[in-house]
Amino acid sequence: MRDFEYEAPMSLDDAVALLSGNPAAAKPLAGGTDLIDHIRTRRLEPDLVVDVKKIPDLNVLELGDDGLRLGAAVPCYRIYGDPQIAAAYSAVADSCRIIGGTQIQSRASVGGNLCNSGPAADSTPSLIALAARVVIAGPGGRREVAAEDFCTGPGQNVLESGELVVEIVFPARPAVGGSHYRRFIPRNEMDIAVVGVGAAVELDESGQSFVSARIALAAVAPTPLYVEAAGAALAGQPVSDEAIAAAAAAAREAATPIDDMRGTVEFRKHISGVLTERVIREAVARARGEETGYRIGQ
Amino acid sequence: MAKQRIVSTSINGNPVEFLAAPRQTLLEVLRDNLDLIGTKEGCSNGNCGACTVIFNGRPVDSCLVLAVEAEGGELETIEGVALTDGLHVIQDAFLGQAALQCGICTPGFIMSTKALLEENASPSEDEIRFHLAGNLCRCTGYDKIVRAVQQAAEGVTN
Ligand SMILES: Cc1cc2nc3c(=O)[nH]c(=O)nc-3n(C[C@H](O)[C@H](O)[C@H](O)COP(=O)(O)OP(=O)(O)OC[C@H]3O[C@@H](n4cnc5c(N)ncnc54)[C@H](O)[C@@H]3O)c2cc1C
Ligand code: FES
Ligand code: FES
Repeated sequence: MRDFEYEAPMSLDDAVALLSGNPAAAKPLAGGTDLIDHIRTRRLEPDLVVDVKKIPDLNVLELGDDGLRLGAAVPCYRIYGDPQIAAAYSAVADSCRIIGGTQIQSRASVGGNLCNSGPAADSTPSLIALAARVVIAGPGGRREVAAEDFCTGPGQNVLESGELVVEIVFPARPAVGGSHYRRFIPRNEMDIAVVGVGAAVELDESGQSFVSARIALAAVAPTPLYVEAAGAALAGQPVSDEAIAAAAAAAREAATPIDDMRGTVEFRKHISGVLTERVIREAVARARGEETGYRIGQ
Repeated sequence: MAKQRIVSTSINGNPVEFLAAPRQTLLEVLRDNLDLIGTKEGCSNGNCGACTVIFNGRPVDSCLVLAVEAEGGELETIEGVALTDGLHVIQDAFLGQAALQCGICTPGFIMSTKALLEENASPSEDEIRFHLAGNLCRCTGYDKIVRAVQQAAEGVTN
């Protein structure tokens, strides 16, 4: 691999100082499951790699009354390994269970998945569906952006030079709420999403009507795609085939995929609708506390 | 060139210090500097699992870890699996079920299996297949490997 320097700061201030001291040529390292490969293949050529895993702020994983705080460097296995978090924020847990295999999940973080900013990133639609906000620190101080505003193009995001993501914060889940993420791939595991869909729904007390919903798609646009119209098609409606079909139609409509070896435009648009329906139904079932048939690889 | 640093770790229960440049992966250092060549290189990009080692209790692809990240950490490699007086039950099971041909993938499968059984002593077939999804085998076929893991699980629980 190409030569570079390595630092592992213990504090956020030190990390910001290192990154902003060398803005063009420094790169944060979380789990390294994208970064190390990108350095090896020379897609990225940093002179300084700043390991952010020793910074306490990036390792926070805290479920409280106000919601969930997820440190940017927390690896996937810790997220789905916490039964309370996996139940309350199940779309994120669903994503973390399918990012790579076990070895990848030991290291890969949701923060790294977000900052790598691939259109097919499996956890970003879940962050968007669950209305997460991204907390950023940099030489100018702290700021926050909504998860749906973070990515700006394939491999591109709103981070300015010297900035890093500290944590991802999620609002508290509603009393009757459920969420889910799934993707279509031709195999059971270890593949890149052809289409992925994340949804979070809030139902009324009876569990019979949607109060609100948020839906986001992976791999059908240059960035993870928030489809506001799909949520709007559900809000205030009874839980019915018609409402769910309308949301699916909105998702199909919003998708602007490309043709590539993984799928054609037509196929990806079709699958966007099919998965949106299935994901909403699963999120509803989870909100109601019903047994559901979902297992990875379906 | 970035300076080499001294990295202090424990490998298979023994304290080990080694010199590594930041750009060296853990896989490179294990094989090229420490002569622990039981850990194999397949793809060098995280897809095949041949380089699996256990790092602070978790299975990882050592080709996607920088050696300098091992500072203060605990590593287990295939060299630490066999007992002083014979093979580990997982190794026995792989032999018993003929779960290897060329053997390149085997150290990785054994390390992944060890990590699985430490977490879940009696996994279902589905759980075994998902846990081992990050390990590829080019020659044997996965059914024999799954049977080996099942046999090992019986050995571990008994
Ligand atoms: C075999 C294999 C299978 C994979 N399967 C999947 C999959 O199924 N789905 C999927 O979505 N991805 C997959 N990936 C890609 C990768 O594992 C994920 O994107 C992962 O979440 C990246 O996280 P990381 O912690 O390893 O990030 P790193 O590699 O450490 O970092 C990724 C990028 O983000 C930057 N970065 C990291 N942390 C921060 C921070 N806090 N602030 C600012 N920038 C930061 C880094 O500089 C780098 O550019 C796979 C990768 C491999 C090798
Ligand atoms: S050599 Fe590391 S995963 Fe293939
Ligand atoms: S035995 Fe040859 S790759 Fe598995």
